[in-house]
Amino acid sequence: MNDHTAATSPPVEAELIDFDEALELFDPVMGLEVHVELGTATKMFCGCPNAFGAAPNTNVCPVCLALPGAMPTVNAQAVEYATLIGLALNCEIAQLCRFSRKNYFYPDMPKNFQTSQYDEPIASNGHLDVDLGDGEIFRVEIERAHMEEDTGKSTHVGGLTGRIHGAEYSLLDYNRAGVPLVEIVTKPIVGTGKSAPVVARAYVAALRDLLLTLGVSDVRMDQGSLRCDVNLSLMRKDATEFGTRTETKNVNSLRSVERAARHEISRQAGILEAGGSIVLETRHFDEATGETGSGRPKETAEDYRYFPEPDLVPVVPDREWVETLRAGLPELPWLRRARLQQDWGFTDLEMRDLVAADGVVLVEQTVAAGATPGEARSWWNAYLGQRANERGVTLTELPITPEQVAAVSALVRDGALNAKLARQVIDGVLAGEGEPQDVIAARGLAVVSDDAALQTAVDEALAAQPAIAEKIRSGKLQAVGAVVGAVMKATRGQADAGRVRELVLSTLGVEG
Amino acid sequence: MSAVSTTSDLTRQTAAELASAIASREVSAVEVTRAHLDRIDAVDTDVHAFLHVSGEKALAAAAAVDESLQRGEAPASPLAGVPLALKDIVVQQGVPTTAGSKILEGWLPPYDATVTQRLVAAGIVILGKTNLDEFAMGSSTENSAYGPTRNPWDLTRIPGGSGGGSAAALAAFEAPLAIGTDTGGSIRQPASVTGTVGAKPTYGGVSRYGVIALASSLDQVGPCARTVLDTAMLHEVIAGHDPRDSTSIPQPAPKVVDAVRRGQTDGVAGMRIGIVKQLGGDGYQAGVSESFAKAVATLTAAGAEIVEVDCPHFEYGLAAYYLILPSECSSNLARFDAMRYGLRVEKRPDGTLIESAEQVMAATRGQGFGAEVKRRIMLGTYALSAGYYDAYYGSAQKVRTLIRQDFERAYEQADVLISPSSPVTAFAIGEKADDPMAMYLNDLATIPGSLAGIPAMSVPSGIASDTGLPVGLQIMGPALGELPMYRVAAAFEAAYLAEHGTLVPDLAPALEGAP
Amino acid sequence: MSALQDSGSEVSIAAQQPALTRDEVAHLAHLARLQLTESELDLYREQLDVVLHSVARVSEIATADVEPTTHAVQLVNVYREDVVVPGLEHAAALAAAPATDEGRFRVPQILGEEE
Ligand SMILES: [Mg+2]
Ligand SMILES: [Zn+2]
Repeated sequence: MNDHTAATSPPVEAELIDFDEALELFDPVMGLEVHVELGTATKMFCGCPNAFGAAPNTNVCPVCLALPGAMPTVNAQAVEYATLIGLALNCEIAQLCRFSRKNYFYPDMPKNFQTSQYDEPIASNGHLDVDLGDGEIFRVEIERAHMEEDTGKSTHVGGLTGRIHGAEYSLLDYNRAGVPLVEIVTKPIVGTGKSAPVVARAYVAALRDLLLTLGVSDVRMDQGSLRCDVNLSLMRKDATEFGTRTETKNVNSLRSVERAARHEISRQAGILEAGGSIVLETRHFDEATGETGSGRPKETAEDYRYFPEPDLVPVVPDREWVETLRAGLPELPWLRRARLQQDWGFTDLEMRDLVAADGVVLVEQTVAAGATPGEARSWWNAYLGQRANERGVTLTELPITPEQVAAVSALVRDGALNAKLARQVIDGVLAGEGEPQDVIAARGLAVVSDDAALQTAVDEALAAQPAIAEKIRSGKLQAVGAVVGAVMKATRGQADAGRVRELVLSTLGVEG
Repeated sequence: MSAVSTTSDLTRQTAAELASAIASREVSAVEVTRAHLDRIDAVDTDVHAFLHVSGEKALAAAAAVDESLQRGEAPASPLAGVPLALKDIVVQQGVPTTAGSKILEGWLPPYDATVTQRLVAAGIVILGKTNLDEFAMGSSTENSAYGPTRNPWDLTRIPGGSGGGSAAALAAFEAPLAIGTDTGGSIRQPASVTGTVGAKPTYGGVSRYGVIALASSLDQVGPCARTVLDTAMLHEVIAGHDPRDSTSIPQPAPKVVDAVRRGQTDGVAGMRIGIVKQLGGDGYQAGVSESFAKAVATLTAAGAEIVEVDCPHFEYGLAAYYLILPSECSSNLARFDAMRYGLRVEKRPDGTLIESAEQVMAATRGQGFGAEVKRRIMLGTYALSAGYYDAYYGSAQKVRTLIRQDFERAYEQADVLISPSSPVTAFAIGEKADDPMAMYLNDLATIPGSLAGIPAMSVPSGIASDTGLPVGLQIMGPALGELPMYRVAAAFEAAYLAEHGTLVPDLAPALEGAP
Repeated sequence: MSALQDSGSEVSIAAQQPALTRDEVAHLAHLARLQLTESELDLYREQLDVVLHSVARVSEIATADVEPTTHAVQLVNVYREDVVVPGLEHAAALAAAPATDEGRFRVPQILGEEE
């Protein structure tokens, strides 16, 4: 109770201190706990579907409702996914590990203990190299990754806030109870200084990409399949011991991770500067205000009475099996990005924009379909990027395939389309008018390359503007543009501007 | 036992006899079931072995067996049509299951235990659910929230526990077969004090799926009957691997019936039987020690080589047991929280509403659990607490290792080990109710086998000369050693019958009001 | 009767262990979500003391070199294939609930926060 009671005398609230100022005085120490829901077909300890969004209490059975007599059975796929995660995080995989019972009462947890792992996690002592965006790599040390199960969902009804406080009663849905989780815990992250919030965000982003690449989870932060708890404390520059930490729970977006860390630094600095002390507590991040609010004080009296789960037997990963998994690990996202940037010859900036727009895979597929990296990047990052913004969707959600983009690029390359027409073809595809060829046919967008037709248009244009024709004859070649413009207008842009220019000059007998 | 089959005699036959009579259609399963339901009507008001009698369900199941036989189909199992009493800690879909606790009063399970499924699939007729100490915590069945069961040998005495209901049902001829569960002796000690037979298989031998957990690392389901053969036949029905129980041994049921036949024909000639030095003497009733000595003489005469084995760590067994069991049960019983099923106490004694889920949980558990259950939950909560774990639970698990090693050494010298099943014969109801420590001592002899997970059974060794009540002989086999255990049990039973002309269960008094 | 008694001569944690206080018993009751009467608190304080002093003797022989036995069966790697098996019908799942609402289990207001 010490941290708690000790904290009650000096101030526990004060004005926030400006972020940069705070970091003049203090060094932040962070610990990040990420819970990821595994994308298995069934739950961790029973055969119920592991599915999001089903009608309440329709994916339940005697085991996950903790009916008297029911017993757990371990999902083999979940153990494999947990092992993959451990390997990808450069962890040691345990020779033998057990499940343990974490005993505490809570209505959304049917057994009133969580089957988790305690002193024997399946994976420990790893690291994750995180790209901070400006090309700088920061190594986050991983303490452990262990298997456990999710809780059910409680809805608090009545009262003013609709939140847990002031609610009149709660409704419980156990569809999520028993969904497989892997909890990934970092070692204390020190030495980040001002970039602490950025490191926090970059770490979770890197972890998300990693888990996605491994195919072990859909990592939907908005649906809670990836949840982050941010532990943060400050120590004065001259201090030798960590300060009291707070734990900000379930921060549900990358942006929030960064903001939560930022706010805690300012908040804690304010309290400490005012001579106060930090309360060891869990806090909640408010997406709206960008601030963390006080939650439950963590009593040291909290006593989970862990002991080995007697209904389950030890997990002893076969070494050959582990090595097979290691050998089959997919190329890690950041390594892959470096390789592609090299192959494609993109600048850091170009590559970062592409990554930010989630366009890497699209460009890769477009290049595979025959486009040059330059063509692919300019389509996806520039024109299609704008279309996606207009529609408020991601690039992948646009109704156009890399193959279609590659086809349009090819038509431009061999002069069948010019840039303007190509954009119209793309618009047609986006509008659902079919394949590029269909759009071209339907809209009649082919470039006019029939000289006879062009010659007529040129003659008409020159006849219409004798003064300009005279200028050109007298060598003022910049005037050619006006005629070309007129011809393009007359041909509704379907002419090859270069060819028109040549015809104008030859018609007037001028050397280009 | 005689094979006369007038209705009044049906209840006195063995399961084996009834099964063959039913299979050969000398008698119908319905007649047999009705005879036992009548017997329950006649005597159970006195004995109170049953918490629930499923008369209609039972008769329907029996009728189904008869119909299938009429269609000329082969019996579903060697016990098809034979009635059975199911301990009320094994869930049966749609049949009230209470575990002897108020907190589960009226709960109708929506699923079947694996054991229940296997009984039904075997055509065995489940008569009803039998009484037990609340959540199987006790050695007298006095801890049942629904009142004690009485020992058919003397209605003022306890039938043992926790499976007193199942044992009493057998001794009172209310059923020829019963299912028990044994965590520290809950099958063997009741068998001992009611003059019946009960076996605790090797841990993992019978599925625990659907059996309400007391101490998961100790609990075992087992067969109970009045003869060794009946017990073995039931053993083969319920044993064998179950993927729904992760601690289930991945092997088919052992061929214990063959072992019984062998014991009946070949006896124990050439077998080495070990007497455990630590399981006898001090704390054992004179009549019990005397009966045990006679049993040893009988086995010697039957050709066994008797050796004494030393198990120095057994004296720590009881202490280890009363740390491991409370620790595990404090966690296993956490699910009874008034949220999803069972009792919910929402009002204070003064009638005011209790506001929060937390308080409702505490109030429900405070009122829904009995004294012994709460005592053990508190004990276990303490033993698991940070700072005490190593000294208590951790140390107890190490004692378990030492006891296992004692057994391993002992089985180098002997094929099976024997001891009295219980230090005393049935004591009076109420005698030890207020003294938990004295009560715990009833399991002195059975606990080491539970901690080691070995198979062990109790067979009647005779009547105690000092109390005139039955005494049990405990036979312990090595892990997976069900075959030698049953062989010795059958050989002893045969020798006893040859010597005395009648088996102990047939000496039980006919009860008041019996037809 | 020696089996449960604390052999005084040998050193055991029971020897050093202070008697349980009433507050400790009350705290245990809270951890276990057991609402106990005043008299129950007193009774359990006495009885737990007796039992704990007796069982504490396990530490006499539980030396560091002894491996704990967590399972009587020595099985490892027992798994279930990741294949859906039918669970309970919605109605059956809720049938035994003291109270339900909107297809969910209805419980009194929850005061504490999630872990
Ligand atoms: Mg966790
Ligand atoms: Zn389930």
